[in-house]
Amino acid sequence: MSLAEPTFHDQGRRRKSASALALALLRFVFIAAATFLGLIAVTFFIGRVMPIDPVLAIVGDRAPASVVAAARQQYGFDLPVWQQFFLYLKKALAGDFGTSVLSTYPVMQDIRRVFPATLELATVGTLIGLLFGIPLGVLAAVKRGSFIDQAVRVVGLIGYSMPIFWLGLLGLLVFYARLGWVEGPGRIGIAYEYTFTPVTGLYLVDAIIQRDWGAFRDVFSHIILPASLLGYTSMAYISRMTRSFMLNELSQEYVVAARAKGLSEARIIWGHALRNAAVPLVTVIVLSYATLLEGSVLTEVVFSWPGIGLYLTNSLQNADMNAVLGATIVVGAVFIALNLLSDLLYQLLDPRTRS
Amino acid sequence: MSIAQTSKMNWREWLLSERPQSRAQARLGRSYMTWRRFTANKLAVIGLFIILALVFVAIFAGLLAPYSPVVGDLRGARLLAPDWTHWMGTDDQGRDILSRVIYGSRLTLYVIVLVALIAAPIGLIVGTVAGYAGGWTDAILMRITDIFLAFPKLILALAFVAALGPGIENAIIAIAITSWPPYARIARAETLMVRNSDYIKAVEIMGASPGRIVLRHIMPMCISSLIVRVTLDMAGIIIIAAGLGFLGLGAQPPLPEWGAMIASGRRFILDQWWVAAMPGMAILIVSLGFNLLGDGLRDALDPRSSGQ
Repeated sequence: MSLAEPTFHDQGRRRKSASALALALLRFVFIAAATFLGLIAVTFFIGRVMPIDPVLAIVGDRAPASVVAAARQQYGFDLPVWQQFFLYLKKALAGDFGTSVLSTYPVMQDIRRVFPATLELATVGTLIGLLFGIPLGVLAAVKRGSFIDQAVRVVGLIGYSMPIFWLGLLGLLVFYARLGWVEGPGRIGIAYEYTFTPVTGLYLVDAIIQRDWGAFRDVFSHIILPASLLGYTSMAYISRMTRSFMLNELSQEYVVAARAKGLSEARIIWGHALRNAAVPLVTVIVLSYATLLEGSVLTEVVFSWPGIGLYLTNSLQNADMNAVLGATIVVGAVFIALNLLSDLLYQLLDPRTRS
Repeated sequence: MSIAQTSKMNWREWLLSERPQSRAQARLGRSYMTWRRFTANKLAVIGLFIILALVFVAIFAGLLAPYSPVVGDLRGARLLAPDWTHWMGTDDQGRDILSRVIYGSRLTLYVIVLVALIAAPIGLIVGTVAGYAGGWTDAILMRITDIFLAFPKLILALAFVAALGPGIENAIIAIAITSWPPYARIARAETLMVRNSDYIKAVEIMGASPGRIVLRHIMPMCISSLIVRVTLDMAGIIIIAAGLGFLGLGAQPPLPEWGAMIASGRRFILDQWWVAAMPGMAILIVSLGFNLLGDGLRDALDPRSSGQ
């Protein structure tokens, strides 16, 4: 971080970099804590401004006044707002978001049950995005200004502009109803639903563990369409960023040097330039993963995918506020964590930002 | 012909003159250069055309729409496939989908204009104040901005709408609350660039108050990059608004909001695909228009980043 002359005493340099690292870590922890605190404060605020009285939501609006007062005291709603916030904070940190009115289970238990479905969908989606996004981005950068470059750009922009729930509906219409290439809504077919025992909750992994290839094919056939749609939006982002990073790398002097040395173009592009672009790319991929985890809400609704997005929207429609806020905090926390991770990775992986 | 040509040449020469005679000439000349850069990008021009068409359709919706957007012919025209009388077919209430899509453009414009009018000034104020004041003010404001920036937009908007209650106004508030942080970042970056320049020093010496400096001398410098960013964000705003509508949390029936129209067509997707397909097409085209336009604007206004 300092622009001081490089010291040639190894000892001194190491100590300096260690303290700089500690400082950066401290700063990172502080930022992370402040952001999580902010998230909890915002959800607390949302719970406060909502027009539904939380006490009446628990005891029902026909309960006698004495019951309402007792419940108000029991749940701490008679305390000053800042005390209520600390109570809320304490519970949220312990993972206690109250009980879902809809499922009658603790919200955290519900979330633990549905989260693997979202995780699996977002992971497969990101993998598809990577698989297509990086080669397309590299190709666009290498053939800059050509027809391919323009095509990649337009395909990417369409991906940015696509209402994914709409594309999902059309996808179901074409590939499920008309062509019959894939299975329809849900995670697993009815033939396997009762014989299949989840272990990790990631059905593709579970099927492999149990060597149940019929179930694997069925699960794959269910996940491929929603995951491809998510993968498309992720590809749009990844290909665009890859192109930009690659253009940056290809204009560096070491590329000229490599060419002068007579290295093959393929070696220069894939071996040198892409490897240098890999550091920022990792952060982009982590960010895109976070976006997919969040963005899968609408996809899950369209595909009746039993993940956290469907859980959230179902709870919303039934005014199950504990579940809504709990799911919001969990998704928000994962999103923030991945965001911070991408920052941290950038600093750890790129020696230039360490100095 | 030749006269027209020479006068055109003179205009160009006047605009591109190395020694502009007046401030207006210099400004026009610069705008002309920007315009030339912008129009060189064909995709951007297509984007501009789409947005102008959207505005045109929204203004003249009453004249363009062949049928009523809310009252349908339940008896004679339910779920008709697209044909010459109903170009986009009809929905389950016997309403002409084309008319609904046309009127829906008004809601789309309403949402993006209001979100831009709420979110951009918040970001502008936070960013310029933080950048000019520096010190603790800067640290605290930027920390808050970063916290909001790290939030997932759609989920937070969902939770806000859940608390405020469904409806298009609440959807607008929810989206605006979640979309100001990038504007604050940009405004702060621009502020830091001009903060120590001579002209700011000059107005400070002349005794201008900090409020005046921020309002009159710093904010105008941030506007152009802010416009680009807002344009680029419009597509995302449209998609989030449509998503909220799709979940039944945005505009309420019978308003012809595109996302809500897709939701109502979901039941018929297998047999009457046009009910859901047509409004989605409108969303795609309009948000693509904003993306193309924003891309082109960024390249034209900021030559450094062109090609990136």
